[in-house]
Amino acid sequence: MPAIEIADLTKDYPLGFWRQRRHRALDRLTLTVEAGEVFGLLGPNGAGKTTTLKLLMRLIYPTAGTAHLLGRPFTDIDVHRRLGYLPEAPYFYQYLTAREFLDYCGQLFGQSKADRRRRVGELLEQVGLVEAADVALRFFSRGMLQRAGIAQALINDPELIFLDEPMLGLDPIGRREVRDLILRLRAAGKTVCFSTHVLPDAESLCDRVAILNRGGLHGLGSLGEILAIQVKANEVLVGQASPVLVEALRRLSDNVRLIGDKLSLTVPDEQLYAVLDCIRAQGGRLLAVNPVRASLEDYFYEKFGTEKVPELTGGV
Amino acid sequence: MPRVAAIALNTFREAVRDRVLYNLIVFALLLIGTAILFGQISIGVERLIVINLGLTAVTFFGLAIAIFIGIGLVYKEMDQRTLYVLLAKPVRRVEFILGKFCGLGLTLLVNTALMAAGFFLALYYVQGKVSLPDPNLLAALYFVFLALLLATALALFFSCFSSPVLSAALTFALFIGGSLADDLRELGRMVEVPWVKAVGEGVYYVIPNFRNFNIISSVAQGHPVPPALLWQNTAYAALYIGLVLAASALIFQNRNLK
Repeated sequence: MPAIEIADLTKDYPLGFWRQRRHRALDRLTLTVEAGEVFGLLGPNGAGKTTTLKLLMRLIYPTAGTAHLLGRPFTDIDVHRRLGYLPEAPYFYQYLTAREFLDYCGQLFGQSKADRRRRVGELLEQVGLVEAADVALRFFSRGMLQRAGIAQALINDPELIFLDEPMLGLDPIGRREVRDLILRLRAAGKTVCFSTHVLPDAESLCDRVAILNRGGLHGLGSLGEILAIQVKANEVLVGQASPVLVEALRRLSDNVRLIGDKLSLTVPDEQLYAVLDCIRAQGGRLLAVNPVRASLEDYFYEKFGTEKVPELTGGV
Repeated sequence: MPRVAAIALNTFREAVRDRVLYNLIVFALLLIGTAILFGQISIGVERLIVINLGLTAVTFFGLAIAIFIGIGLVYKEMDQRTLYVLLAKPVRRVEFILGKFCGLGLTLLVNTALMAAGFFLALYYVQGKVSLPDPNLLAALYFVFLALLLATALALFFSCFSSPVLSAALTFALFIGGSLADDLRELGRMVEVPWVKAVGEGVYYVIPNFRNFNIISSVAQGHPVPPALLWQNTAYAALYIGLVLAASALIFQNRNLK
C-alpha cells in the first residue's frame, strides 16, 4: 500500500477585491510515494511544495483532486494520528518551554502522562535540546526552534512524516544531525516526505523526488532516472598528448582544455568511441573516462532558467 | 474531549502568563478599593455605593479581559502560524474553537473569583462585620460571569474572520447595543413608521441582550433576585453562546490558513 497517493490535486487562490481572478498554486498534481521511501519535493520558490504539504495536512482545502495517506482519505482525522508534520519556518507558543510544548503536543494525541514524560525526554535528547528543555521558546534561536519543530513532528512516533524545509535555519552540524535523523527514520521503516532548497541534501537523502515548478510537476522518479536525461557527455582525460593529437581531438570536441601536462575534453556519448580511436591511433595515453552526471542544480538551471532557480545552498 | 481540555488548559496557561492580565486585575481591585472611599463620603449609602461600583468594576474589567484576549484567540494563532502544528494533528477545528472558548472561560472564572473576593473584602470593611456572602450578590456576580462568557463567544466569533481591532470594536459595539436592547426596542415602538418598528423589534431579538444580566442596581438596593431569572439567564446565555460558537466553528471550518 502506498504511503501517499495524490491524484489531480489542484489549488486555486482567488485574487483581487471581487475575488474573480484565480491564481493556480498547484495544478493537477498526481504522484505516489511508497511506504519506507524518503521522498523529496524540490522546486523553486512558488513551485507548490508548501501548498502540497499544507493541503495534505488539511490546513488549506483543495479546489479539485484527492489524496490518500496510508490508505485513508487525507481528510480522515484518524489518519493524522499516524502522521508527523514540521511546517516551514515553524513558530511556536512563546510562553511555553520546549518541554511544555512537546508535552502539549503529546496531550493532543491522547498520550498518558507517563508516556509523554518518557517520549518528551527521548525527543529532547534526539534533537539536542536537553539543556534548553526548560527555557521559554521565545528565547530560542531559529535553529533551536527548528529542532523543537522536528521533535514535535515525531511526538507520536509517526509512520509518515512530512517535513517542510527541515534544514532551514540550521547550522552545518544541525543539518548533518537532521540528515542522520531522516536516515534513521528510513531505517526504522518510516516514510519521510520533505521539501527542500538544499539540493545536495536531496541528492544524498532521497530515494525519489518530484520536481515542481509554478504548481506543475516537471519530473518524478529516482534522481538517477531524472538526471539520466541529462547525462549526455563524458569527461576524457588524456596523458602524453602530442600536438597532432591535440589538433585531432579539437576537431572532434569543442571543449578541449590543457590541465598541466594532461588534456581534458568533454565528449558527447555518440562521439566517445571516435575520440578513443583517435587517442589510440595518435599514441596518446588514456587516463580516465568519466560520465558527466548532471546535478540537480544543472537540472534546475536547464529546465527553468536562472531566474527561477531555487536558492542554491551548498549543504554540508 | 481530552483534546478540547488540552487546548483549554493551554489557553488558560497563556492568559495566566500574560502580564496584561495582572495589570487589569490589580487595576480592578484598586477601583473596588476606591469604592470604600466613595462609600465613606456617602453617609448612609456606603453599602449601595460599594456594591454598585464594585460589581461595575468586575463587569468592565472582566469585559476588557474577555475582549482583549478573546479577539486574539483565533486571529493570533493564524497570524503567528502556531495553528499549523495544532491542526496537522488529529484535532478537529470545532475542537479548537471549543478549547479556546473553554480556556478563556476558565481564565474569566478565576479572574471573576479574584475580583469578587476583593469586592467582598471591600464590602465587609464598609459593613464592619464579616458574614456569609449575600446570595443576591452571588447571583449578580454569576450573571456578570455569564455576560462575560457571552462577550467571549462574540469576540471569538469575530476573531475567526476579522482583524483584532475590528473584532474588538464589533464586540464592544454589540455589548453596548445589547445593554441598550430594551431602549432600542422602545425607540422603534415610539416611531410610527412600520419598518423602523420592525427593525427595532428585529434588533431586539437578534442582538445579545446584555441588559438581562445586569441586576447590579437592583441587588444594591436590596431587591431579591427572582429564582426563575437564574435559569432563564442561564438558558439564554447557553443558547446564545451555543449558536455563536456553532457559527464560529462553521466559518473556521471553511477557512484556508494563509
